[in-house]
Amino acid sequence: MRTGRLITPVTLLAVTLLIVIIPAERSGWKLSLDTGVIPFLAAFLTTVGIYSIFTLALNVQWGYTGVFNFGVAAFFMVGAYTGAIFSVGPADPDSSLRYVGGFGDVFSPPFLDSEQWLPFIVATLAAGIASGLLALLLALPTLRLREDYLAITTLGVAELLRRVVIQEDGLVNGSRSMIGIPSPLSGYFSADTQRFVDLAIVVVLVAIVFLVVERSIRSPWGRVLRGLKEDEVAVAASGKNVFSFKMQGFVMGAVIMGMGGAIFAFNRGSIGPTTFEHFFATFLIWAMLIVGGSGNNWGAIAGAYVVWGLWTTTLQLNGYDLPDILRSRIFFMRDFLVGALIVIVLLLRPQGLVPEERRVSSWLDRQMRHQRKKPPEPAAAPES
Amino acid sequence: MPTKTPILQVAALSKSFGGVLAVNNCNLSIREGTITGLIGPNGAGKTTLFNLITGAEKPTAGRILFHGRRIDGLPPHRVFHEGIVRTFQIPRELKTMTLLENLMLVPANQVGERIWNPLLFSGRVSRQERLHFDKAMEVLEFVELSHLRDEFASNLSGGQKKLLELARTLMCDPKLILLDEPGAGVNRVLMQKLVGKIEVLCQELGITIFLIEHDMDLVTRLCNPVIVMSEGRYLAEGTPDEVKKDQRVLDAYLGGQYR
Repeated sequence: MRTGRLITPVTLLAVTLLIVIIPAERSGWKLSLDTGVIPFLAAFLTTVGIYSIFTLALNVQWGYTGVFNFGVAAFFMVGAYTGAIFSVGPADPDSSLRYVGGFGDVFSPPFLDSEQWLPFIVATLAAGIASGLLALLLALPTLRLREDYLAITTLGVAELLRRVVIQEDGLVNGSRSMIGIPSPLSGYFSADTQRFVDLAIVVVLVAIVFLVVERSIRSPWGRVLRGLKEDEVAVAASGKNVFSFKMQGFVMGAVIMGMGGAIFAFNRGSIGPTTFEHFFATFLIWAMLIVGGSGNNWGAIAGAYVVWGLWTTTLQLNGYDLPDILRSRIFFMRDFLVGALIVIVLLLRPQGLVPEERRVSSWLDRQMRHQRKKPPEPAAAPES
Repeated sequence: MPTKTPILQVAALSKSFGGVLAVNNCNLSIREGTITGLIGPNGAGKTTLFNLITGAEKPTAGRILFHGRRIDGLPPHRVFHEGIVRTFQIPRELKTMTLLENLMLVPANQVGERIWNPLLFSGRVSRQERLHFDKAMEVLEFVELSHLRDEFASNLSGGQKKLLELARTLMCDPKLILLDEPGAGVNRVLMQKLVGKIEVLCQELGITIFLIEHDMDLVTRLCNPVIVMSEGRYLAEGTPDEVKKDQRVLDAYLGGQYR
């Protein structure tokens, strides 16, 4: 099983080399904070971080609870738009930009430069709440049904909400996109430095999400969710309220997705209905989780890194002097590549790059690791 | 010790699936402290009766009383909290979870099942985990699976999975255990063990057992009384020997081979 153990480090190393070497080569091996490989890596890692928030959230839903959410885009989008309207000021009636809300000014009392950070915190929380409420609303009628019904419902709702955004163009400016969404702390830094600030903010957020998810999952709570993924009937027969626990897992994932959407909105500065098409906002996130390893939070992050790494480097290839037959098709070949990657992983390593932990409860995990290190105890003969 | 008090009463219970009356106006009662057997030909409605008692199915008509309180129509987890646990005919182990976690999942109302507790009060969660760990180890030793404590449940043999099902019922303090064919697919040696375990549960821990079984040897050795169901109805009840000689039972089920 030696080769099996090498797959993950080798893959991570290969992707790292790709994302460093190609942009470094493109920029003529110059090391500068303004151009070339360093700002590229900052932007790259920021995107990986944002996607990690979604994969961690999907991992709670699918990797642990076994709830089949095929409409990540819905929660992503609701979070992103909520984040946007809570961080921008009210719409200017003279401009063509039309949207509801615009609560950014409401939450910036005049102290400590609060407009630089407070609206963003409020917006992120509001995004989580909005997305969580959507999850609650969807789950009430569908969560008792078989898992594939929820998949279809979430898929449909994601598309439906996107259509609403396009049609009701007074809501969040329709297909003309919501633009001018500010970034946190942007008043202090130049555009070049802001990249690194954004990265730092995302890293902190991913760390918080990771800790919260990991701690809550690797506990008796997570053990019930993990049991649900195996067999709901058995868990119900062990006295657990299946509906309630499924709801908790689903809503928790949705809240995190909503927050991720808000961060995404701050980071992009403009979001429109095309941003939330299924490919980017649902499918790619699923691909990341499957490749990384569903049921492991490190895997969720590794998957975001590997898939996004391949995704961006293949775009960079476009800058090379490729034969025409490849060059004109490179966009489509990327889609193909992601699909192929999923198939390869499912065939060769269905558990993903980072397999699931053997034990859900972290307390038990420590206990058993400790016992394994010790020499086998003399067979304790239970008197019967 | 067996008493006269009924722990479980089933009154005029019916359940239909489409045109099939799986349980048809069934009346029976289980006395506290007994190991009561439930036998009957295939399709007699035995497993459906278990499903109705444990809330996996909702009855079409009739009542189920546990300690005199109605439990029919309660969802499975509520029935569990009343003190009734069941095993499944085909074991439903949580496959890619270890034996210990299969068992540590079971205790009711764990501190760590409320999401904020692992986040904020991990010390309390850990203390309770230790208690449940000790309990699970004790139960695994009772069913003699403790050497497999850190294995995935999917790696167990068929008979071991049956033992794990039994172990699961011991992680809470049940008043009534429903066993759906505990002996099916279990080899003779393991079966002896299983019979011993079930007797200990009843005689030493005072748990009432209600079990479905096709193996007449096991039923004869273990159960008193035995209830016979046929075509969804209560047909007869008595000691294993009485039941074996009962003409109605022979006609319905035993096909005369025990005559």
